[in-house]
Amino acid sequence: MNDLIQRALDAAERAGAAYADIRIVEREAESLTVKNGALEAANSDHSEGFGVRVLVDGAWGFSASALLEPEEIERVTRQAAAVARASGLAGGDPVVLDETPPQVGRYVTPHQEDPFSVSLDEKLRLLFEADAAMARVDGINVRQSSIECGRERKTFASTQGARVEQEIVEAGAGIDATAVNASESQSRSYPNSSGGQVVTGGFEAVRAMDLAGHAEQIAEEAVALLDAPQCPSGRMTLIIDASQVGLQIHESCGHPIELDRVLGYEASFAGTSFLTLDKLGALQYGSELVNIDADATAPGGLGTFGYDDEGVPAQNVPIVSAGRFVGYLTSRETAPVIGRSSMGSSRAWSWDRIPLIRMTNINLRPGDAGSLEDLVADTRDGLLISTNKSWSIDDRRLNFQFGTQIGWLIRNGKRTQMVRNPTYTGITPQFWGSCDAICGPDEYVIWGVPNCGKGEPIQTGHVGHGAAPARFRDVQVGVGRW
Amino acid sequence: MVGEIHDHDAVQALLQRVLGMVRGGQAEALYTARDRALTRFANSRIHQNVTDHDASLRLRLIDGERTGVASTNRLDDDGLQRVIGQAAAIRDHAAPNPDQAALPGRNGQPDPSLGYVAATAKADPELRAAGARSVIAAGEAADLEVSGAFSTETSTLAVANTSGVAGAHTTTQAKLVTVMMGEGGASGYAQSTRTDVGAIDASGVGEDAADKALRSADAGELEPGEYDVILEEYAVATILEYLSFDGFSALAVQEGRSFMELGERVMGDNVTIWDDGNDPRGLPSTIDYEGVSKRRVDLVTDGVATGVVHDAATARRAGTTSTGHALPSPNTWGPISWNLFMAPGSSSKDAMLANTERGIWVTRFHYVNIVHPKKAILTGMTKDGTFLIENGRIVRPLRNFRFTQSIPEAFSRIEAISSQTRLVEAEYSGITARVPALQIRGFNFTGVTGREEGG
Ligand SMILES: [Zn+2]
Repeated sequence: MNDLIQRALDAAERAGAAYADIRIVEREAESLTVKNGALEAANSDHSEGFGVRVLVDGAWGFSASALLEPEEIERVTRQAAAVARASGLAGGDPVVLDETPPQVGRYVTPHQEDPFSVSLDEKLRLLFEADAAMARVDGINVRQSSIECGRERKTFASTQGARVEQEIVEAGAGIDATAVNASESQSRSYPNSSGGQVVTGGFEAVRAMDLAGHAEQIAEEAVALLDAPQCPSGRMTLIIDASQVGLQIHESCGHPIELDRVLGYEASFAGTSFLTLDKLGALQYGSELVNIDADATAPGGLGTFGYDDEGVPAQNVPIVSAGRFVGYLTSRETAPVIGRSSMGSSRAWSWDRIPLIRMTNINLRPGDAGSLEDLVADTRDGLLISTNKSWSIDDRRLNFQFGTQIGWLIRNGKRTQMVRNPTYTGITPQFWGSCDAICGPDEYVIWGVPNCGKGEPIQTGHVGHGAAPARFRDVQVGVGRW
Repeated sequence: MVGEIHDHDAVQALLQRVLGMVRGGQAEALYTARDRALTRFANSRIHQNVTDHDASLRLRLIDGERTGVASTNRLDDDGLQRVIGQAAAIRDHAAPNPDQAALPGRNGQPDPSLGYVAATAKADPELRAAGARSVIAAGEAADLEVSGAFSTETSTLAVANTSGVAGAHTTTQAKLVTVMMGEGGASGYAQSTRTDVGAIDASGVGEDAADKALRSADAGELEPGEYDVILEEYAVATILEYLSFDGFSALAVQEGRSFMELGERVMGDNVTIWDDGNDPRGLPSTIDYEGVSKRRVDLVTDGVATGVVHDAATARRAGTTSTGHALPSPNTWGPISWNLFMAPGSSSKDAMLANTERGIWVTRFHYVNIVHPKKAILTGMTKDGTFLIENGRIVRPLRNFRFTQSIPEAFSRIEAISSQTRLVEAEYSGITARVPALQIRGFNFTGVTGREEGG
């Protein structure tokens, strides 16, 4: 492999590149889904290839191929250089990279039980147990249980002398129960919707979820939701469970702090950001309780790694400190714009994609409001909601609207009536400004988001969000006509 | 390894060789290949310019009621042996699924000329840079910041199975998109998607977006509420995309989460929507991922729910045959309607405007999502040109609204439909829709975007 890497880097320099890097990536994934008592899908996927990125006359070119052979590596590198020259035809300022010193190192996700060494029989046993537990509840129309495992081995090298090898291991699982009647279709999920919870780590994380142990409860809730009253409309105190706080962070903090969005690179697709450069250090993003970090080193986070795909070491940097907006997610190309070096958040989905600024783990630090039940007890009247169902936010990440699977009215510090189809809407800084309590470390979980779409061609990012349940005052809930 | 990844003879030879290597049971070999190049520009320069080239094989092995699937992009002998071994290992340990459908048998051959234009397949980075320059020039002439992307791609889908399916189809696609922004929150958008890159008018795309951007500057507030609307084609296409996710699939109907009640009136009698992968006015895709030739499916006819799209699994459950809308099987998502059309009417956007006393003009929607699948309640934001209409004229630009609206209800109140249609590709999914513009009486806007200065 050393020889192949050197060939690419030499070919790039011969083609006039001032900078070049190559990533050689091999990814394996396994996914199993049990649906309504039968194994619906059992897949094993494998993909490998390399991508070469070059900077010629201040403009980028990238090319990629699955054929890891000497002539192909040289052809692809020459193609990347030709593409870079075409980029230069449109004019504009040259790209300047930051001064990150070239890194040499190796990283392997800490894990106990290699998910690929766990037998198919064992994984299916866990899924069928959960399925059977959901089936014990009358009135469930669709039951689904799934396990996903992934392993990515990648080597990064640059003409500046960087050389990094990594092996990222992921495991995830989840269950869903859906009940249907003439006018409603209601789902409950555990530990989270959209495929469940995913972490970097070993299969021990899946075992710890105890899918079967939670199956009956979610099935009963799905059935009960069919006859629950519609969530009321109005402004009220809202307590959001940890997983939905995670998604709230993702959409209203994680995306707008991507410096490429701020600089307009994503304007024609995902959009821009209200966190313009003048807001850095100046904007009160949330209340003083709100402290958010971008932490690529957090154990188990789905956005945890050793180095990003520009060879920058994983870091933990503040984004919001006591409510004030203080940091962006950056890359080697964008960080100099704010006078900094990259904080290491440039990652690519696969060998055939260029690295883009991606969230790492964007974590809301836990507070001192104790457990979720403590927080409910501390709330006179309000609404408690759990588990994401729908999401939408504008292109600058200001006006959002979320729906969750389930809600409960809070009366005099007690969780009372279950309500269905809860939704809430707001404007990002006003909403975070209304946060007046965050539960403590015992309620804190880093939720994995394995389906974050960004870029063209679109890339699917694996990112994480540490969150505990939190309380927000005077929030518009029950949006629209029902 | 296939020397030329889009050569149908070589691809079929590969698939037959793989099927020949499989021991016992039934097998399906699914091949996908893509050559794609994409040039992105922002702040009036090209900031990303990429090409990629990949081919992969997905093998489904079936023995009785047991199925195993494995995929790889290593198509040499070692890679093929390995993928067969993995699929067989999964199959042999899998739990039986008595509900699984049989592999489809031989069915019609697609027309190879549909959806393929050699000029698109041969497009080079200089051509894309020239297109980008035209768009940038149109924006800079109007003092706007220009961003966008110009992509060209060639894709091959080929399927062979032990029941006699042996189909392949290669398509090309070119797409140019731009967003232009300027002082006072100005923002404009335009898109052109074609099979033939030569049919893309880059200057026209640039001028459309610049015109919208200039007219949208210094937008004012308007209270959210129910307003009459004119939805331009981009906005209508996005709605159809979400109706496709939400309810046009047989699986959604079988699982009771679709708004489509077959045989019932679900929209106004002026609404007709269908799916047709063989219509060259769309972006044709003539076979599905099970190798079944696509059939036209009438989804909503004169307001009545008349059909949904099927794959082999949903068709088996419904006692019918696949319509050719499968994703790679087996899967939990079900079939998908990919090539949508909405019947034109006899009106025009000018006539709709003249007939609107007070209402809102919507250029497009952004970040739409399903709030309630069974009622098809969607939410999303307006974007890139939202205007107040009074007494038949556009009087001023508006800040972007959030809508939360049941679509079957809104589509029961369509007052006018344009005679002209536009082909639009959805932003995220790649679903395409050829649609008219619509005038609707009463559309529920539930919020307004935040102010620049934030909280
Ligand atoms: Zn995202």
